[in-house]
Amino acid sequence: MRVVSARPSLRARLRNLAERRELLTGMITSDIRIKYKGSALGIFWSMLSPALTLATYYLVFSVFLKNGIPNFVVYLFAGLVVWNLFQGGVSSSTGVIVDRAGLVKKVSFPREILALSNIGAAVIYFLIQLGVLAVFLLIIGHAPAWGFVAVLPLAFLALYFLTAAVGIVMSAVTVYLRDVRHLMDVVLQLWFWLSPVVYSYENSIAAPLRRHGLTALYFLNPVTPIIITFQRAFYAAPVVRSTTTGLALHVLPSWSLGEFVVINAGLAVGSFILFLLALVVFGRLEGNFESEL
Amino acid sequence: MSEVIAVDGVSKRFKIHHERHNSLKERILHPGAGSTELFEALRDVSFSVGEGETVGILGHNGSGKSTLLKCVCGVLQPSAGQIRLRGSLAALLELGAGFQHELSGRDNVYLYGSMLGFSRKRVDQIFDDIVDFSELAHFIDTPVKFYSSGMYVRLAFAVAVNVDPDILVVDEVLAVGDERFQAKCIDRIRTFQREGRTILLVTHQADTVKAICDRAIVLDHGLKVADGEVGEGLRIFREHLLGGAAPGSTPSAPAVRIEAVSAPSGSFEVRHGGQLDLEVDLVSDQAVSGNLVIEVYTRSGLLVSRNDAQAAPVDLAPGATRVTVGLSDVPLLDGVYDVNVGVVDPQGGTVLGWREKAAAIQVIYDGRAGGVVALDAAVTQW
Repeated sequence: MRVVSARPSLRARLRNLAERRELLTGMITSDIRIKYKGSALGIFWSMLSPALTLATYYLVFSVFLKNGIPNFVVYLFAGLVVWNLFQGGVSSSTGVIVDRAGLVKKVSFPREILALSNIGAAVIYFLIQLGVLAVFLLIIGHAPAWGFVAVLPLAFLALYFLTAAVGIVMSAVTVYLRDVRHLMDVVLQLWFWLSPVVYSYENSIAAPLRRHGLTALYFLNPVTPIIITFQRAFYAAPVVRSTTTGLALHVLPSWSLGEFVVINAGLAVGSFILFLLALVVFGRLEGNFESEL
Repeated sequence: MSEVIAVDGVSKRFKIHHERHNSLKERILHPGAGSTELFEALRDVSFSVGEGETVGILGHNGSGKSTLLKCVCGVLQPSAGQIRLRGSLAALLELGAGFQHELSGRDNVYLYGSMLGFSRKRVDQIFDDIVDFSELAHFIDTPVKFYSSGMYVRLAFAVAVNVDPDILVVDEVLAVGDERFQAKCIDRIRTFQREGRTILLVTHQADTVKAICDRAIVLDHGLKVADGEVGEGLRIFREHLLGGAAPGSTPSAPAVRIEAVSAPSGSFEVRHGGQLDLEVDLVSDQAVSGNLVIEVYTRSGLLVSRNDAQAAPVDLAPGATRVTVGLSDVPLLDGVYDVNVGVVDPQGGTVLGWREKAAAIQVIYDGRAGGVVALDAAVTQW
C-alpha cells in the first residue's frame, strides 16, 4: 500500500528510498555512461585525470617546490580524494532539482534520489581515485598503515552521509534561492582552505591555532577529521624527517588508533543524524517545488 | 470489490507569485516584498476506486483534474489529505519525461521502467514485448535523441503499458501518435479492462469517457460536483461547461427529457444550402420555460455550431411537447454530422435536459469546395 500525503513521515521517506534503490543505481550508471559516451577510452578517462593530477603534484612538490615533507604527494592526494568526493557531491547536487525540473514536475519518485545519484557518481569517482592512489603507492613502494586503513570504511560512511546531508538540503534550497549555487561555489572554495588538504594541519597551523584557542573552532569542520584519517592511513607516518633540514616534522596528529576509531564512529553517527535531518528539511521544502520550478 | 485507490479529503493549494524574488540577493534587497496569492486547485476531494473500475475524471480547463491526477501519481504532494494506493501504478502523464537523450532506446527502457517503479528483472522479462509494441526493434540501440517525437512517445507508451501495472493512470495522452497507434492504445486499454485492472482517465472529451469508462467524476473549480454513472456525469459536466455554474452549486435533477428527434420528411438528409426541419419531442414533469440548444459536431468531434440559445425559447407544459427546429440554408459540406439537443434554463444556463447524438444528419453537396462549410470567395479583379 502506497500513501501519498501532505507530509510523509521520515520513516515513509526512508522506506520509499529503500524501495527505489534500483532507480538510484540506474540513474548513477546512466549519469556515468552519458558522461563518457562517445569517447573511445570511456571510463578510463576518469582514471587518467586523477593519475595526471597525481603526476603533476608529484613533479611540483617533490622536484620544484620542496617543502621538506617526503612523499608529500601521497599526503596531498589522500586528502584530495576525500575533498573531491565532498566538493563534487555537494556542488553537483546543489542545482540538480532546478536543472531537472522537467522530470520533477512530471514523474513521481523520491526527489532526494536526484541529489543522491549525483553523490553516487562522485562516490564512483572517489573509488576510482582510490584505485589510482593504490597503484601509485605500489609503484613508489609506499606502505599504508594497515591498522588505520581498517578505520577507513567508518570514515567513508561519515563522509558519505555528511555529503548527502549537505547535498540534499542545498538541492532544495536552490529551488527557492537560485543564486545559492554561485554562493556555494565560493563557500566550497573557502571550505577547501579551511580543511588540511594542501597543508599539514599538525605542521603548519596546529600551534598558532592552539595559541589563539581556535583549535575547537577549526575542528567544527567535520571534513577535517575525515581528511586526517585518510592521510593517516595512506601517508602512514605522523612524524617524518625533513628532506631539506633533516629535522623531525610532525605532519599528522599523533592520535592513537583507538582515538581514530572513536572520532570516526562519532562522526559517522553524527553525519547519519544530519542526513535524517536533511531528509526532514527536504520534505518541508519539497511541498512547494512545483510552484517554484 | 476491494478498494484500490482511496482519495481522502485531498486539497491542493498553489502559491502564485506576483513579484518573484527567488534569489538570495533579491530577498536581502527586498525583505518581505513580493506578494503571493494562494490558488486552490483542489478542495477537499474524496472518492474511492474499486478494483477493475475504469473511472473518467471530467472537468473543463482549470478544474483541477490534472492536479488531482498528479497527486494520485505522487508527482505532486497534496496540501492536505491523503491518497492510498494498493498495487503498482503506471502513469501515462507526460510520456518520455524521464528519457535521457544521450542513451539508447534500450537503456532508456530500463531507466524509464525503474522510474515508474519497476525492477530491472521485471523489465528484462517484458523487454521484447515492449520493443514489439513500440515497433522500434530496428532503432532500439540508437540514442533517443535521434528519435522522432512519435517514436519517442511510442517507446514511452510501450514501457508504461507493458510493465503490467495494477493501476493505469492516463492523462490526455491518447491524443498523440498517428491514428493507427491511437487505436492500438485504446485497444490496450480495453485489454487492461478485461484483465480487471483499474484505470483512471482524465479528459475533457466526453466521447472518450462514454466509450471507455464505467464511472465519471466531474470536477469544477477544484470541487467534486458529480461522481457516478457516466451519462449523469456527462450531463453535469455539460451543465458546468455551458452555464459556468457557480462552484459548489448542486446540479438540479433533470426536469426535461428529450424523448426523440425526428425528421418530418422521414430522412435526415439535406442538400447543401437546403432546409432541414427537426422535430424534437420533449417531456416535462412540470411547466417550465427554457431555451433550446442545438449542437452540431463533425464525426471527428469538432463542434461546428451551437445555436444562440437565447433566441430559441421554448415553453413546456407538463407532459409531452413537440417543437420543430428549422435549419435553413444549411452551409455544411458533404458528410455526416451529429446533433446534440438540450434544453437549458434561460437564467442560469443550467441544463434541464440533454441528449447526446440525438440525430445524425447527412449533408449532400455537389460542388468542389472542401472543408466543413463553404465560404463564398468572390474574386474581383480591378
